[in-house]
Amino acid sequence: MQGLKKEWDILPVEQHHDQKDYASALPRWCPGCGDHAALNAVRRLCYEKQLPPERTVVVSGIGCSSRFPHYMKTYGFHGLHGRAFPVACGVKSRRPDLHVFVVTGDGDCCAIGAGHWIHALRYNMDLTVILLDNNVYGLTKNQTSPTTRLGEHTNTHPHGAMIPPLNPITVALGIANASFVAQTVDWHPAHVYSTIEAAHQHRGLSFVRILQRCPHFSAHVFDAPLQDPSLLLLMEHAEGITLDADKSKKFTTRMQHDPRDLNRARAVAAREDVYPIGLFYRNERAACYDDFTSQGLSMTQSERQNAIRAAIDRFAI
Amino acid sequence: MQATTAEASPVQARVATTVDEHIVEIVSDSGEGAQTCGQIFADLCARHGNGIWTVEIIPAEIEPPKRSRAGASGNRIRLGSRPVTNAGDCADIVVAFNEQVLYSRIDAGALRPGTIVFVDGSWLASPDERIVQQYREALADFRARGYEVIPLPIVEECLRHADDVRKGKNIWVLGLLCAIYDLEHTKVLQTIAARFARKGADTARRNADLFTAGYEWALRHVEQRFRVAPCAVPQDGAAQGTVVMNGNQAIALGIMSAGIEVCSMYPITPATSVSHFLASAFEQTGGIVHQAEDEIAAIGFAIGCSYAGKTAVTITSGPGLALKTEFIGLAVMAEIPLVIVVVQRGGPSTGLPTKVEQGDLMAALHASPGDCPKIILAPATIGECFHFMITARKLAEEFRGPVMVLSDANLATGQQPFPKPVFDPAWLAPPLDMSPVEPGALPFAWDPETGLSPRHIPGQRGGEYVVTGLAHDEYSHVAYESSINQRAMRMRSRKLAVLQSALKPPIVHGDASGDLLVVGWGSTLGTIEEAVDRLRADGLKVSSVHLRFLSPLEPGLRELFGRFKKVVTVEVNYSDDEGDPFITAESRRYAPLAQLLRAHTLVDIDCWSRVPGSPLPPSVIAQQLRLKLSAAENLCRA
Repeated sequence: MQGLKKEWDILPVEQHHDQKDYASALPRWCPGCGDHAALNAVRRLCYEKQLPPERTVVVSGIGCSSRFPHYMKTYGFHGLHGRAFPVACGVKSRRPDLHVFVVTGDGDCCAIGAGHWIHALRYNMDLTVILLDNNVYGLTKNQTSPTTRLGEHTNTHPHGAMIPPLNPITVALGIANASFVAQTVDWHPAHVYSTIEAAHQHRGLSFVRILQRCPHFSAHVFDAPLQDPSLLLLMEHAEGITLDADKSKKFTTRMQHDPRDLNRARAVAAREDVYPIGLFYRNERAACYDDFTSQGLSMTQSERQNAIRAAIDRFAI
Repeated sequence: MQATTAEASPVQARVATTVDEHIVEIVSDSGEGAQTCGQIFADLCARHGNGIWTVEIIPAEIEPPKRSRAGASGNRIRLGSRPVTNAGDCADIVVAFNEQVLYSRIDAGALRPGTIVFVDGSWLASPDERIVQQYREALADFRARGYEVIPLPIVEECLRHADDVRKGKNIWVLGLLCAIYDLEHTKVLQTIAARFARKGADTARRNADLFTAGYEWALRHVEQRFRVAPCAVPQDGAAQGTVVMNGNQAIALGIMSAGIEVCSMYPITPATSVSHFLASAFEQTGGIVHQAEDEIAAIGFAIGCSYAGKTAVTITSGPGLALKTEFIGLAVMAEIPLVIVVVQRGGPSTGLPTKVEQGDLMAALHASPGDCPKIILAPATIGECFHFMITARKLAEEFRGPVMVLSDANLATGQQPFPKPVFDPAWLAPPLDMSPVEPGALPFAWDPETGLSPRHIPGQRGGEYVVTGLAHDEYSHVAYESSINQRAMRMRSRKLAVLQSALKPPIVHGDASGDLLVVGWGSTLGTIEEAVDRLRADGLKVSSVHLRFLSPLEPGLRELFGRFKKVVTVEVNYSDDEGDPFITAESRRYAPLAQLLRAHTLVDIDCWSRVPGSPLPPSVIAQQLRLKLSAAENLCRA
């Protein structure tokens, strides 16, 4: 670099990254899998925001969706089934400098990891959470998930799912201190990107559910809104997720929804006649657990040492 | 028989009987503060220069029925003129707030003929005739059993100073005990002031009054006086002074001193009090306690924190360990440093939640899918509870994986003095290394000889990789080739052999060879060595060895065992007894340490183990060892 001695080998602090800096392996998901849309959006977000790859961590559980970190050239944590949330919270706890994403599926998040999901929403740590919801267990070949629609045939319920599905959005909106809840669909890449961008922008846990299809086991589940796009209800608001005018014009069914209105958000989320997409709810003043977990990080070594000595002295006789 | 009352004639001041050691128990209904009384008394004895060891007597419920055998709550304090390492045998003095709770101690074998029993005589004045009847019958029974029974007018005396006697009796009794053992009055009042300062000036003053009342009443009315001289040599043998605390407090202080910044836990007895102390003190040293939504989340959070560079600790007990096992496997597989403290209690299932057992050894070693090599340490003293935390963090980072520290309910609540740790800044973790990794450096660059590899931490440029619980190669890429798994397993296992090569053989207590070698681990150190010393005093060729490393095991065990005619483990664990119906040499299930050592050394190791939910007394161990010795002799003769 100009002006620096030859032996000066410290890398510059800032470094420009191009798109390939965020892409590692070619994804091994099936052609037509909705996961590709989410991966493209997250890679693009990292590039647009120039997130340093070394300070970006993608945490996942187990399932097709949870292969996600392997396809990002960032730090990644492909852990245990259902346990992405506690790991991600731990990663963030003493490292506020890291951008932490959580990628999970409907089995991972809403079944085996449901307890952690609920409490992660409460902790409201600064995580960007993407639920890739294809209504089915894909990796283990077609078992009923908590979001499988009533009557859908699977290998575990060949006569059809017999219990109504859980709605992850109404659940999330029911959790105290949840601060960002949004929904999008895999077949509208522009809306997927805008939603993930808004989620990343938000300080606190941003929960994004992406409705998507598994080409093998649930290819048909969103045939209705695909064949009749008027069934997609686009929530719009100055405070919400914004799309370019030419893109939003494609949605024939639109409504104004103020994302500060929790009661209205719950009512829209519960509608079964349409597929609402956009931002249901955002609360920028919700308590963030990171404020607690990061305490003491600025202590100096000598402050820490003196405090430890004082703690030991409490037991002196 | 009548309760002694304040109007009774004062006793003559007696000359104190000097004793080498004494065992004192204070028992009450739950919630009457006998535990607090015992803790303060123990603290005072330690300040007086006595060696001490305490054991909490804990009911499993918060509010068990009053005046019931099951509800006994309190503390045992063994004080001596030399360092005390265990709870000892039978009590010399028991103070009971009612006669029914005393029965739980009798059932536990804690009393002997001649034990001095102070019991609250106020029950005679109860309006409930059944209570009066129970009391009369019990006292007659106590005398028939040979105890020296002395009723006290506790309620009557306390009512002079407090409205709620349930919250005052314990401090009055503390005064009584301090008079009997002639502990310095002013020091005691300072301790009381410090202890109750947080609860306000009124409470502190009322407790000071109650203490003085108990103290003076005892001077006037109690004949018994004992003097337990301070230890001749300062217990520390060093200039840094002495600290006294229980094992859970020592673990908490050790966590801070190790430079660990995050303790992630879910409440479980008897481990929780570690986090109670940490929650009150961690903030000042820049750390946090994360109370997770469950045991699984607690370890997951700790692993996330460790992965991001700050080695964390998670604390649990047996049932929690069972829930954490999948994550422990991940930490082994992904080589994530982590400290796991397991404060063992009685099992299986919910078992004996407040009582001591060493039953989690096998779970610690093996409870995970597949082969899951990890380091396991077991402190044997309160001081080791402190120092092992520092060792544990360093080993976790050096060997890149989870380190388990097995404590138990006996260490958790036992108070013992030990040399005040002189804090060394080298104990702390170094600041995170955020420098870019060397070009081409791999996330699992296993040294082919040692299996050790440096790790990359988020923030290090060029070190980006994906942790996975799937079998993986040096790149952390999922293993699709069959040879990778064998190689990776070998590398993770090799680390334990490397650590073992750096360990010293354990030190033998007693002669290096002989007729019988006793092997123990964890909190039984003091009681086993005391039992062995008694046998050695009788000329028997008995020695003992106490293991601190359980995975890898300390080196040289097979050779050591070969120098003794018989080797037996003593454990607070279940094992089948020889001679029981259906129990044969083939069907007998051994205690966990015996199983482990038999498999490891191919020596025919015997065991003696019991699960009474209380520490094993040295006299009982000595008696069992004698039986083992004579059985071995008979076998030789035959």
